[in-house]
Amino acid sequence: MGREMTNQKPQSEMSYTVEQLVSVNPYNPDILPDLENYVNEQVSSQTYSSNANLCLLRLYQFETERMSTQIVARILIKALMAMPAPDFSLCLFLIPERVQILKMRTEWVLVLWKGRGMTIGMQMEDQFKTLIVLSHYLETARFRQFWDEAAKSRHILEVVPGFEQAIQAYAIHVLSITYQKVPRSVLAEAINIEGLVLDKFIEHHITNSGWSIEKNQNKGQLIIFPHNEFNDPELKKSAADGIPLENITRILPILG
Amino acid sequence: MTGAAPYDSDQPHGDSASGYDPNYVPDSVKSFVVHMYRQIREKNVYEIHQMYETSFQSISDRFFKDAPWPSVDAVATYVDNDHVFCLLYREMWFRHLYARLSPTLKQRIDSWDNYCNLFQVVLHGVVNMQLPNQWLWDMVDEFVYQFQSFCQYRAKMKNKTEQEIALLRQYDQAWNVYGVLNYLQALVEKSSIIQILEQEKEGLEQFTATDGYDYSGGSNVLKVLGYFSMVGLLRVHCLLGDYHTGLKCILPIDISQQGVYTSVIGSHITTIYHYGFANLMLRRYTEAIREFNKILLYIFKTKQYHQKSPQYEQILKKNEQMYALLAVTLSLCPQLKIVEETVNSQLREKYGEKMLRMQRYDDEAFALYDELFSYACPKFITPSASSYEEPLVNYNQDAYRLQLKLFLYEVKQQQLLSGIRTFLNVYSTISIAKLASYMEVDEDTLRTILMTYKHKMHSVNSDGKIISNMDTNFYIDDDMIHVVESKAPKKYGDYFMRQIVKLEGIMSDIDRVKLE
Repeated sequence: MGREMTNQKPQSEMSYTVEQLVSVNPYNPDILPDLENYVNEQVSSQTYSSNANLCLLRLYQFETERMSTQIVARILIKALMAMPAPDFSLCLFLIPERVQILKMRTEWVLVLWKGRGMTIGMQMEDQFKTLIVLSHYLETARFRQFWDEAAKSRHILEVVPGFEQAIQAYAIHVLSITYQKVPRSVLAEAINIEGLVLDKFIEHHITNSGWSIEKNQNKGQLIIFPHNEFNDPELKKSAADGIPLENITRILPILG
Repeated sequence: MTGAAPYDSDQPHGDSASGYDPNYVPDSVKSFVVHMYRQIREKNVYEIHQMYETSFQSISDRFFKDAPWPSVDAVATYVDNDHVFCLLYREMWFRHLYARLSPTLKQRIDSWDNYCNLFQVVLHGVVNMQLPNQWLWDMVDEFVYQFQSFCQYRAKMKNKTEQEIALLRQYDQAWNVYGVLNYLQALVEKSSIIQILEQEKEGLEQFTATDGYDYSGGSNVLKVLGYFSMVGLLRVHCLLGDYHTGLKCILPIDISQQGVYTSVIGSHITTIYHYGFANLMLRRYTEAIREFNKILLYIFKTKQYHQKSPQYEQILKKNEQMYALLAVTLSLCPQLKIVEETVNSQLREKYGEKMLRMQRYDDEAFALYDELFSYACPKFITPSASSYEEPLVNYNQDAYRLQLKLFLYEVKQQQLLSGIRTFLNVYSTISIAKLASYMEVDEDTLRTILMTYKHKMHSVNSDGKIISNMDTNFYIDDDMIHVVESKAPKKYGDYFMRQIVKLEGIMSDIDRVKLE
C-alpha cells in the first residue's frame, strides 16, 4: 500500500536514474524505453513507482503506436497491488478507449471491442478484461469472487511476484478499518487462507501487528485488530477544535 | 479565461467577409499601441493594466466586433519595430481572433509560432518588463486554451479537406503535446518559482507579498509566468485525464492561503475548479467539497465587482459548473456540515431535487450523474494525432467518453451504499442479521457492502495517508454494527479567540473616548 513501495531490497542504480528522469524531464518520448525497462525491474525486484508508471502511460497516450500491451498489463497488476490507493483507476484514465475494453452493464458482462486499424490479439483482450474484473471485485470487497477469478487467471498474474501478498495486505486493511473484531471465517475468505496456514498467519500477526484472538463458543474464533482511528471513533482525533499557533499569536499581546 | 470561441465551425476563411484590410490602422489603434509601448518601456504597470483590460476591450467593441485587429506589420512602425512588443501585440491579436472569430488552421499554426517566440524570449531572460498579472495569467490560460481548441479541431477529421490534412502533416510540431508541456515545464523551471516559494516560507524571498511584482528594478515576467504555468500544467494534465500528476504540479502552491494565484480571479477560479475536479476523480470527496465550498462562497461575495470585466461570463459559467460538481460530490459523499449556509441554499435551489434523485441510484440517477458530469467536466482532449490514413471520423469526443464512462463505473460501484446510509442514520447499533433482512440481502453480501462502504469512503492522499471521508461512521464488532454519531465540531477555541479580540477592540475604543 502507499505510493512508493520498497521492500528490503535496495533500489538499484537504474531506478535512481529513472526517477530523476521522471521528475526532471518527463515530457520526453526518448525516455520511453527506460520507463518500460523500469516496469520490468519493478516486477522483478518487487518495488513500485506509480509516478514512473503514470509517466509511461502518458507517453503511450501521446504515441499510441508505441504502446506495449504486455507492459500495460504489468502496470495494471502493480497498480492493483497498490490498493487501497486508486492507482488502478488512475491508469485506466490514461488508456485510450481504442485499446481498453470496458462496458457498463448491470450484470458486468464485458464486451470485447476491436480497435480500428489495430490488430488486438485475443490474449491482450482477455488480460485487460480480467484485470478490470479483478479490480471491480476488490473495489467492492467481493474477496471470495476475487480469489476465484484470480485462480482462473494465474497465468496472467504469476508474472508479477508478490501479487498475492499485496492483495492480502489490502484485504486486511479493509477489514481493519471496518471491524474491531472479525470472525475467523470472514478473515479466511478475505485473504484466501485456511486451516493450519491460517493459524500460523494469525500467530504471526499477533506477534508483529498487535492482533489478538478471542474464543467465542458459538461461532469459533474472533480476531481482534488493534484499535485505529477508523475502527474506533474514540481515537479519531478531532482536529477541528485545534487552533493553529499563528492564530494564538494574535491574542498574545492582549493576554500579556 | 477567454470567451467561448465557436471553434467547431471550421470555415476555411475565419475572417469576416466584409473587406478586412489588415493594413488599415485607425487612429485609436495607433494611439493605443504608441501609448502601450511607452507604458511598457516605462514600466507603469497600472497604466498597462488599464490599457490592456479596458482600452483594448473598448476599441475591440467599437471597431473590431467581428474582424481582427490590424496586422502586426501595420502597427510595427509606430513602435520602433520593437520585437518584443510585436510579440505581445500578436498575442493579443490572436486572443481577440479566437474570442470573436474562428481561427483557420494557418492562423492556429501562426499563433503557436508566436507563443514559441514569446516564451523563448522570456526563457532567455532578456525581458526587462513588468507586466500586470492579469495579462501574464491570460497568456498561460490562452496558451492552454488554444492547445485544447487545436486538439478538438484536429480530432474532427470527418470534414477535413486535402489541404488541411497536408498542412496538419507538414506542421506536426504545432500544438504538439510535447511542445506544450515542455514550454510550461520550462517556464516553471527557468523561473525557479518552486524554490522561490520554498524560500519565501522561510522568509528568504519576497514574492507573494509583492504579488509577484519586482520592486528592485527587475522583471516579474518570467517568475509570474513560471508561477501561472504550474496552474497551466494542472489544467493540461486534467485535460489528459492525469489527475495525480496535475495535483503534483500544483503542490508548491498552498491553496489554503491567499497567493499570487488569487490576485487574478480567473487564475483563482481555474486553479480551484481543476483542483476540485481532480480530487473528485481521486475519490477525495471531502477535500473537493471543502474547496468548492470556499470558492463558491468567494464568487458569491465578489462577483458583483467583476460585472464590467471581460471575464464575467466565464466566471458565471465556472460558478455554475462548480455547483454541478458540488452536487455530484455531495451525492456520493453527503458531508453537508462543511458546506456554508449561503452555498448550501444556492445548491438546493439549483440542484436540490436532482440530488435527491441521484441518491436513489436507479437508472434515472445514472442519467443525472451523466448529465451533471458532462455539463461540468473539463473539455478532455486526445493528445495524439491520428494517422491520417484511416477512414476519416471524428474522435474528438473519445477522451470525454472515456472519463465519463470511468466516472459512472465508480458511481455504479457505490450504488448500494446509499441504502446503508439510510439505515445507519436511524440505528445506533444493529446486528448484521437484522440489517441484512431489512435490506433484503444475505449476511455475506451485507458484510461485503459494509466493507465497500468503508473502502470507498476512505481515500489515500498525496502522502500515502488514509483519509476518512465518512459522513456516518461505524465499526463492526463480530456481528454487531455500532454506528458512531458524528457531531459537528464545536469550534470553542475559535469562538473564544474572536470574542477576546472583539472585547479588546471595544475596550480600546472606549479608552479613546474622552469624557468632557
